[in-house]
Amino acid sequence: MARPVPAWKAALLSLAILALFLGGWELALTAGPGAGGPAIDPEYAALLGQAAQQGGRTPMPAPSQIAVRLWELLRDPFYVRGPNDQGIGIQVAWSLGRVLLGFFIAALVAIPLGFAIGMSPLLNAALNPFIQVLRPVSPLAWMPLALFTIQDSSISAIFVIFICSIWPMLLNTAFGVANVRREWLNVARTLEAGTWRTAFRVILPAAAPTILTGMRISIGIAWLVIVAAEMLVGGTGIGYWVWNQWNNLSLADIVIAILMIGLVGLALDRLLGLIQGWVSWQE
Amino acid sequence: MNKPYGSPYVSVEGIARRFPGLTVFSDVWFGIERGEFVCLVGHSGCGKTTILNILAGLDSPSDGGVVMEGREISGPALDRAVVFQGHALMPWLTAEQNVAFALACRNPAWGKARLREEARAVLAKVGLEHAADRKPAMLSGGMKQRVGIARALAVQPKMMLMDEPFSALDALTRGSLQEEVSRLATEAGQTAFMITHDVDEAILLADRILLMTNGPNARIAEVLVNTLPRPRIRATLHHQPGYHALRDHIMDFLVTRSRTLAGAAPEGYDPRDPPIVRLAE
Ligand SMILES: Nc1ncnc2c1ncn2[C@@H]1O[C@H](COP(=O)(O)OP(=O)(O)OP(=O)(O)O)[C@@H](O)[C@H]1O
Ligand SMILES: [Mg+2]
Repeated sequence: MARPVPAWKAALLSLAILALFLGGWELALTAGPGAGGPAIDPEYAALLGQAAQQGGRTPMPAPSQIAVRLWELLRDPFYVRGPNDQGIGIQVAWSLGRVLLGFFIAALVAIPLGFAIGMSPLLNAALNPFIQVLRPVSPLAWMPLALFTIQDSSISAIFVIFICSIWPMLLNTAFGVANVRREWLNVARTLEAGTWRTAFRVILPAAAPTILTGMRISIGIAWLVIVAAEMLVGGTGIGYWVWNQWNNLSLADIVIAILMIGLVGLALDRLLGLIQGWVSWQE
Repeated sequence: MNKPYGSPYVSVEGIARRFPGLTVFSDVWFGIERGEFVCLVGHSGCGKTTILNILAGLDSPSDGGVVMEGREISGPALDRAVVFQGHALMPWLTAEQNVAFALACRNPAWGKARLREEARAVLAKVGLEHAADRKPAMLSGGMKQRVGIARALAVQPKMMLMDEPFSALDALTRGSLQEEVSRLATEAGQTAFMITHDVDEAILLADRILLMTNGPNARIAEVLVNTLPRPRIRATLHHQPGYHALRDHIMDFLVTRSRTLAGAAPEGYDPRDPPIVRLAE
């Protein structure tokens, strides 16, 4: 039913929507009632602290102000001026580093373990209750325990990433391995391919697309979780930066952080999608 | 070649296969001589694939056993290659890599270059050198089945086991592949066991045709000796004297006798030595 749409048409529409949205936003802030700066709700003012009392005008920035601020931030993204004042590039790099580290450690554990679970119905049945109970736990619920036992906020954040990204990889690997076409396994058996050859040359490539799907889900979750985790543990990272800018009431910076988080998340997803494309096969 | 009480190359001795509440077949005996091409014909569900899987070592019989060159078959091994019904190629490997996989299993010491070279040589045997770098998704059904045959040939098996290898192909492709298998089998003196639903295919390829009754409790009703001289040419097969008698006999078996003979064995039937039918020319 749906006919393919020319890419330029879709792109044009996207741009139009964006322009409309930004234009509306800009207009609402410059011409709206907020511009003059009438008194705001006292409780809200208390929450906003000094900023509200000082300026009296809404701290909500217009797109033009955000653009100016974005330019400032991107001109020197990697500066370091003390522990609490570092460039946005550094902050994103911190978060990315934690996510990748936690994610890779999780992959290192989840893929071999998922392989074993997928190959052994006994192991599957034995470990299933644990997985079922642990999987729905919000990764942030682990945070206090991690902070207490590890006593290092950065490693605790990595641990939280590890724990949240392990489940999709584990389950997808186990599923993919358990569902490798019987006939391919029979081919391997009739050819007397050994255990290792069968595992690496038959089962792994057969299950690879499913495993990559799990990895893609995992990295998405990990990127979601890192922001929250860094808000909790503080120190460095884009999550901490967002928290810090909220305390400074720099809403423009927060909008920019949201944009950065979105773009980095998109890039991570695309990267995994690319790898998924390499390992996927069609019949 | 027919020594009913000697010990043949492959000897199927009283095998049975039972599932809870179902005896697919029991007390099945037959032999396959070295260099012989044996076809198994019977209706769907009578247990043909089960017999082939037992010969391959992929399944084990509930009773009895299979002896090959004096040793009981206890599992799959490289001396028996299987051409699977659904080709069973690995879709992430090219045609060449699929064959090389088999070669690497057979010859673990070979390097990459050697594997490539030999895989291409085997593909050339089935007329597929030009498609060596294509993945199965880019091959036609007939080409895929050819790669499957090449993969089986690559390990130089003592016996080839083929489960309706051509049933999914169109008549034209099937014909040319049958001819190729016939050529490969006669030239190399390849021992082969093949399941088929295609009467002409059985007549073209087989030295002996095992006719199985309908299941459950299927048995080998008779062993039909194919006396048509080789080489047999598909295009002229039906002009050969004796062809029509063979064809009529098998058709007759499939249409009526496979059903009427099912169930209890007739008087004097010896499962160890089912009646051997040799049609007069
Ligand atoms: N795992 C199983 N459990 C129970 N019954 C089975 C199982 N595998 C096969 N059967 C039964 O065994 C019988 C023989 O199966 P088999 O696949 O050998 O038949 P076939 O002669 O090859 O048929 P077709 O010509 O359709 O391929 C069938 O009735 C089938 O239902
Ligand atoms: Mg079958």
